[in-house]
Amino acid sequence: MPLAAILGTLTGPATEPSMHAPDGFMSVPVAASMWALTIIVLAIAVQRTNRTLDERSIPLMGVLAAFIFAAQMFNFQVVGGTSGHLLGGVLAAVLLGPWAATLVMACVIAVQALVFQDGGLVVLGANIFNMGVIGTMGGYAVYRAIAGAFGGEGRARIPAAGIAAWLAVVMAATAVSFELAISGTTSLEVTLPIMVGLHVLIGVGEALITMAALAFIAATRPDLLELRPEERTPPLTPSEA
Amino acid sequence: MSQMPRLDESPAPSPSPSSSASPASSPASSPEPSRRRGSLGRRWWVAGLGIAALVVIVLAPLASSDPDGLESVAEEQGWLATALDPVYRIIPDYTVPGLDGNLSSIVAGLIGVAIVFGLVFGLGWLMRRRRPA
Repeated sequence: MPLAAILGTLTGPATEPSMHAPDGFMSVPVAASMWALTIIVLAIAVQRTNRTLDERSIPLMGVLAAFIFAAQMFNFQVVGGTSGHLLGGVLAAVLLGPWAATLVMACVIAVQALVFQDGGLVVLGANIFNMGVIGTMGGYAVYRAIAGAFGGEGRARIPAAGIAAWLAVVMAATAVSFELAISGTTSLEVTLPIMVGLHVLIGVGEALITMAALAFIAATRPDLLELRPEERTPPLTPSEA
Repeated sequence: MSQMPRLDESPAPSPSPSSSASPASSPASSPEPSRRRGSLGRRWWVAGLGIAALVVIVLAPLASSDPDGLESVAEEQGWLATALDPVYRIIPDYTVPGLDGNLSSIVAGLIGVAIVFGLVFGLGWLMRRRRPA
């Protein structure tokens, strides 16, 4: 694989996924607030997933977590010596629903921090929220809205997921900018335009990977696109099905 | 969601290494509802893990070492130094201590893939809702 060899020598082996804030970037009050917010969301996610998780989704959850972890190691070049990588929240939410997807993302980001020292521990709550919750909740809402507006998921799944994935990255970058500014690390006027500007580009990679993964699944295992629990179902459906 | 009686096995936590060389059972070639099985059969989730491993092996060595979005902004604006060192290090920066270069990244990535899969699978298994037979 000569191309790989060439690229390998050009870029080197170092991999350091993006947007994982290290400790110190955010003040303790901001980090603590984000932890509180994240814990609340995760508690709801556990409760909702507990109630709706179909046994058949479990291997898919595991495989998606593994894929997202692996893909996050791959930093792609965007512009001017800056790189970015997949977040994966929209991909997970489209397949699993927002709650189970939130748990998947939280597990991936927690393992990255705990085992790989990628992202700090004090700011882990913020990192989970920015990279996990925003994509799975916000991105998923955007996905549903767009898919609904363009003839439903059957027809518009892949473009809707692409747009939602792009927007999720931009929203995450916006959230990080606000957290940094509130922390007093930097000022919003300076950081927000640059963070958003860069992630407008990084988000294109997110959209492409998300769409490619969904297209691959649609081509090989379209039934997996139907696993997601219907969030419209009333809370108690033990006798469903 | 339509619950068709399923024929394939329920997922078991141990991947059988003997996931035979037989070609993958015909993937439902049309999204026709009656074909839906709605489960990752064991062969499929082993294949899914294989894809994740392949991503690590093929792509991790190609990853750009340029600073990422957040890091490059921090560097440019001069607050990168506010980053604190981790309180401990196990596999820092996706490199296994003692291994060199690409091999180190690949081994680190494969370890991560295994941990993340195990963790999420275990969590899902704890939370599963048994389908009525």
